[in-house]
Amino acid sequence: MNDRTMRRSAAIAGLGYTPYYKRGQSLPQTLDELVGKSILAAVEDAGLSIRDVDGFAYFAGGFDTPMLMEMLGIPEVRFTASLTGTGGGSAGAVGLAAAAVHAGLAKTIVCVGGNQQGAQRFGAITSSYPLTPENAFFGTSGLVGPGHMFALLARRHMHLYGTTRDHFADVAMTIRNHALANPDAIMRTPLTRDAYFAAPLLADPHCLFDFCLETDCAVAVVVTSSERARDLRQRPVNILASAQGGSRDWGRSIYWMNMPDETFASSGHASVARDLYAAAGIGPSDVDTLQVYDHFSSQVIMQIEDYGFCAKGEGGPFVSSGAIGLGGNLPTNTDGGQLSAGYAWGMTHVREAVEQLRGTAVNQVPDAAVALVTGGPSVIPVSGLLLERAP
Amino acid sequence: MSLIAKRPPLPLAEIETNVWTLPFWQAAARHQFVASRCSDCGTFRMPPTPFCPTCQSQEIDWVKLPGTGSVYSYTIVSRAIFPGMEESLPYVPAIITLDGADGVRLISNVVESAIDAITIDARVSVIWQDLPDGQSLPQFQIISDR
Repeated sequence: MNDRTMRRSAAIAGLGYTPYYKRGQSLPQTLDELVGKSILAAVEDAGLSIRDVDGFAYFAGGFDTPMLMEMLGIPEVRFTASLTGTGGGSAGAVGLAAAAVHAGLAKTIVCVGGNQQGAQRFGAITSSYPLTPENAFFGTSGLVGPGHMFALLARRHMHLYGTTRDHFADVAMTIRNHALANPDAIMRTPLTRDAYFAAPLLADPHCLFDFCLETDCAVAVVVTSSERARDLRQRPVNILASAQGGSRDWGRSIYWMNMPDETFASSGHASVARDLYAAAGIGPSDVDTLQVYDHFSSQVIMQIEDYGFCAKGEGGPFVSSGAIGLGGNLPTNTDGGQLSAGYAWGMTHVREAVEQLRGTAVNQVPDAAVALVTGGPSVIPVSGLLLERAP
Repeated sequence: MSLIAKRPPLPLAEIETNVWTLPFWQAAARHQFVASRCSDCGTFRMPPTPFCPTCQSQEIDWVKLPGTGSVYSYTIVSRAIFPGMEESLPYVPAIITLDGADGVRLISNVVESAIDAITIDARVSVIWQDLPDGQSLPQFQIISDR
């Protein structure tokens, strides 16, 4: 890499979050309120004042910065920006903050994600989109939500590589197992194979347990320079690298469905993974724990392939080998993930990576030094984030 | 006895157009199946967009296709996500690789076919769903061996 790399230039110094509520159960709190609580908690965790915050880095369009300033009493900001797209940017938003810190644009940047699905359930989100000439080419088919769309990719993966529903079940059961010890997780009873196969097929081959949870919550982190983070309250988590974007072959992905065959049955992360490892100067074998965007179990398998933890097409046997469990080589979604702990458009994965690298996780991976966080496989941008325990 | 794939919920069948997509839907209303092809380099593209992604030309030929194809992937929806879907279940969103269009795919549905007969690579043929507003939607039916 050139000498403009932002490697280890910035760090996550604070972490805050609300409880994870089942959809609708956060009422009468408002979404702004949940977001505000997570930000205040993150600032407090870092040992800073809310008045120190001078920037926001978002994804999925973000939140209303002037409203947050008005509400929380933030005197001035000098950076407020968002990745485009949807949940694909959850990991990359932290990279956006790191880039801004590295460039000297701001000193104390909050990244926050949160949702409250009372009014609009994400499972039927496309039915809420305004009619456009573009969505006339998918909306008419009854593809109502991402669960329907990603089922098409899952079936193609099964066809090409022999992936089975047992592989999907192993993802769901392993991640559920990780939720059992997490007091903040919503799903805290074991998931058996029998229960998995008895569940309704919401979008064949995806059954109920292949879908993530519907949660109301917010998670925030504070990003500042690594140098400053060393003097703050928590052990810093260095931002080793972040990458975002994607290839035209992925593009609008689930709204387009014309990806070349080798890209269709994937997570669309291949080019981002390449750039991320290059920027960090490490490879997949250096990753101690994976916090992967698990909106659907099948996409866990495809991201594991795209990030090089196994060969293309071998993700099914890989997840069934025990590798992603707590005793495996790649403990994955160690908090219970979005499938079993809680869903905040990917920000719960950032939380878990930070806790693993601070050494305070509920299912602590021994000596975890490097964590990979991914943003949601969806339309471009998709994103990845490599975090590192500070020395 | 196998279930039959129904048509997807009608409330979703509303079609917005622009100058680039209108010819597709105008042909559909006449039950003609067409796809856009670059007049200069011959690259097919669907949905139709203002530029050829290969050579950036804006010239389009609308090519009449045979209306047959094969199933690239599909999902079976058998649970309602919003009220009113129930009568349409089960329905089968499917991606169809269109014959005569260099591998271009269309997001559509397999309808009026036995669910058990739907497989990847199954051969399909277009049938038209006429909508109350005069538009027609291309949908696909499994071509029976018999």
